[in-house]
Amino acid sequence: MKTHSSTEPRASTGSLTAWSGYRINLVGLAAFSVVLFWALVALFAPYITPHSVGEMIDLDYFGPMRPGLWLGSDYLGRDMLSRIIYGARYTVGISLAAVSIACFTGVVLGMTSAVLRGPVDMVVSRILDAMNSIPSKLFGLMVVAAVGSSIPVLILTLSVIYVPGAYRFSRALAINIDTMDFIMVARIRGERLPYLIASEILPNIIGPVLADLGLRFVFIVLLLSGLSFLGLGVQPPYADWGALVRENIGGLPFAAPAVIVPSLAIATLTISVNLLIDNLPQKIRDRSAS
Amino acid sequence: MTNLVEIRGLTVEATTDSGRWIQILKGIDLDIAAGETVAFIGESGSGKTTAAMTLLGYARPGCRISGGTVTVDGHDMVTLPEKDRAALRGTTVAYVPQSAAAAFNPASTIMEQVIEVTRIHRLMPPDEARRRAVALFRALSLPNPDSIGDRYPHQVSGGQLQRLAAAMALIGDPKVVIFDEPTTALDVTTQVEVLRAFKAVTAQHRIACVYVSHDLAVVAQIADRIMVLRNGAVQETGSVHDILTRPAHPYTQELLHAFHPDTGGREALPAADSGAPLLEINTLSAGYGPPQSNGQPLVLAVKGVSLQVKRGTNLGIIGESGCGKSTLARAIAGILPACKGDIQFNGKELWHSARQRSHDQLRDLQIVFQHADTALNPAKSIEDILGRPLTFYHGLRGKARDARVDALLDMVRLPRALRHRRPAELSGGQKQRVNFARALAAEPKLILCDEITSALDTVVAAAVIDLLKELQRELGLSYVFISHDLSVIEAICDEIVVMYRGQTVETIIPADRQPPQHPYSKLLFSSVPKLDPTWLDTLNIDADRMRVA
Repeated sequence: MKTHSSTEPRASTGSLTAWSGYRINLVGLAAFSVVLFWALVALFAPYITPHSVGEMIDLDYFGPMRPGLWLGSDYLGRDMLSRIIYGARYTVGISLAAVSIACFTGVVLGMTSAVLRGPVDMVVSRILDAMNSIPSKLFGLMVVAAVGSSIPVLILTLSVIYVPGAYRFSRALAINIDTMDFIMVARIRGERLPYLIASEILPNIIGPVLADLGLRFVFIVLLLSGLSFLGLGVQPPYADWGALVRENIGGLPFAAPAVIVPSLAIATLTISVNLLIDNLPQKIRDRSAS
Repeated sequence: MTNLVEIRGLTVEATTDSGRWIQILKGIDLDIAAGETVAFIGESGSGKTTAAMTLLGYARPGCRISGGTVTVDGHDMVTLPEKDRAALRGTTVAYVPQSAAAAFNPASTIMEQVIEVTRIHRLMPPDEARRRAVALFRALSLPNPDSIGDRYPHQVSGGQLQRLAAAMALIGDPKVVIFDEPTTALDVTTQVEVLRAFKAVTAQHRIACVYVSHDLAVVAQIADRIMVLRNGAVQETGSVHDILTRPAHPYTQELLHAFHPDTGGREALPAADSGAPLLEINTLSAGYGPPQSNGQPLVLAVKGVSLQVKRGTNLGIIGESGCGKSTLARAIAGILPACKGDIQFNGKELWHSARQRSHDQLRDLQIVFQHADTALNPAKSIEDILGRPLTFYHGLRGKARDARVDALLDMVRLPRALRHRRPAELSGGQKQRVNFARALAAEPKLILCDEITSALDTVVAAAVIDLLKELQRELGLSYVFISHDLSVIEAICDEIVVMYRGQTVETIIPADRQPPQHPYSKLLFSSVPKLDPTWLDTLNIDADRMRVA
């Protein structure tokens, strides 16, 4: 009787039941829409920009919002809306690439350590602990100073910085699963490492791992924006949202939309991702055996 | 008011995840006279503990008493304010939990906790309470009654702790005591001592008891009347004698039948069976902890065990908890590599560690674990769980695999529709069947069954045993059956090995009907409760004395 109760509509408002018992929260739905909006913007950037990104079309700089220039103009008189749209490409794209690499590497290493234990676990854990002890911004500064800033370098640097966290998190989850009898059954069946981690452990930790991935994405967006703000991130003529804030910082005394809008863009994306994770349907969030 | 306890039309409701209320007790009527013992019996989920708890005026979180009255010694526990109920708990009604180990605070001495009730209710000065407690310890035949109270809970055994929990309940001089499965977690040899102590003390003080249990044989020893519960409704209430000899309700008959396992249907060993044994173990030792200077692990759980399993026959390994029987199974399966001795399987020497064994050796020797809950991956469907060994060992894919999964489900008598479910959506007995079907999927020659029926209700366990026997006839398997439950082992095994402190003390062949010779086996065999209500009173073995010997 208890198992069927999840499909029972609840009297309270603020939630609605959708496919096969996934209860969707309205806040989560709103956050999801914002995230989806930015993803679509990044994906279709070339088709929706009203003006060319580099073209100076306004006679004045730090122009106000007005028809035709919906978000005003920047410090060189370029269309801010087009620059934000293209900035989304860099911010979302670089962060997504970095978070995918970081979480994939971290989670695979974490599960491997949990399954193998012994010397492998010892060596990997200590190396990643050592990496964890380097302040992330300093590490980024150091790499950019040493090899210069380019998009592949940024992606790799950001992912290296966030591997240890993903590793620790997944290892802790996987160790709990590893003590279960079904892992023992698989081991004495003669299963090898790839099957153990991919088929026996991963499905049991995927919920928390996905939540962690979202959180790490937010951290990476903020770190990337920070690096760009310092001039070490995405280099001109390209600009991500962090770089847009830095370029137009001179407009602050004039209350120019050029400096406020990219800040708002960063805020909406990170806050929405956070809210989305917090309001994921219970069925996804709780997919953990322990 | 003639009866001490009167329950009328009692209903209890529980809330579901969606906030709906469903009835989990559906109208119970019961009278208990002073000094009478009534047993609540039923499978897990039948509502027996919930019913017993209402005597305390208590319903677990998420539950509420929704109707009826529970009158205890003239007080209606349902309508009484919480403050007045609290005053009655410990003085009029007391409770002995299933797991005494979890009920004691490990950080303070036993005496402090036993006399806590008298302090809370301001019944008597501490010195007098201590004297009373010591008298109770003596009555419960605890060793060193004068000093045992100064120890901490981890310094006494499980059986002693259970009796100390009873002392805690009895010190406030209650009129009714609720025993909630107090011996379920104990070994049979310990259970006898504890039951005997309970029976003596409650008779002496003329205390009415509610005894919650799923074990009919235990209940037969201690109760005057039995109430059989199922799905929150009373199936039958009657005197012990009536229930045992003339069960009216089909469910009661089923319960009773589960107690007389069908030992027939197994032919005697083929006389011409002169072939090499399937499994032969010679002086095998295994243990835990880092290796010491002599090459042995720190704690040696199995010490030089030798045994044989012939093809198509079953070997039972029995012993109390901690005797090394599970460690032995793990050593044979290669989970815990043995430190000494050798294992011959199917004519070949096996590596001690499963990692070094060949694919075929791993396939031929399967192990089934006790807890189906943790042995089945909760994230996978039954189809995937059963299909993996088929793909892994036999290379089956697609349609052939699907057909084989169906065949396996048929074999363990599960509906085919279950294949798309996840383990959490199955009952305990169904999970254990899937657990077993996974071992069958490998098409092994030998299956190690580690306490596979211990977590199941009597009726369900009996059905699983019947299934195992049937499959053996069809598939020509051998089992090594590890259990602490003699009736289960007797029902299925051709040969029984008794283990005690890491060694085998005796081999018994049930078909020969020879009585056990070794003193420990004698104690073990005689400690298994019989349905005969006079069994406990006529049993004349002093388990404590035996243990020292």
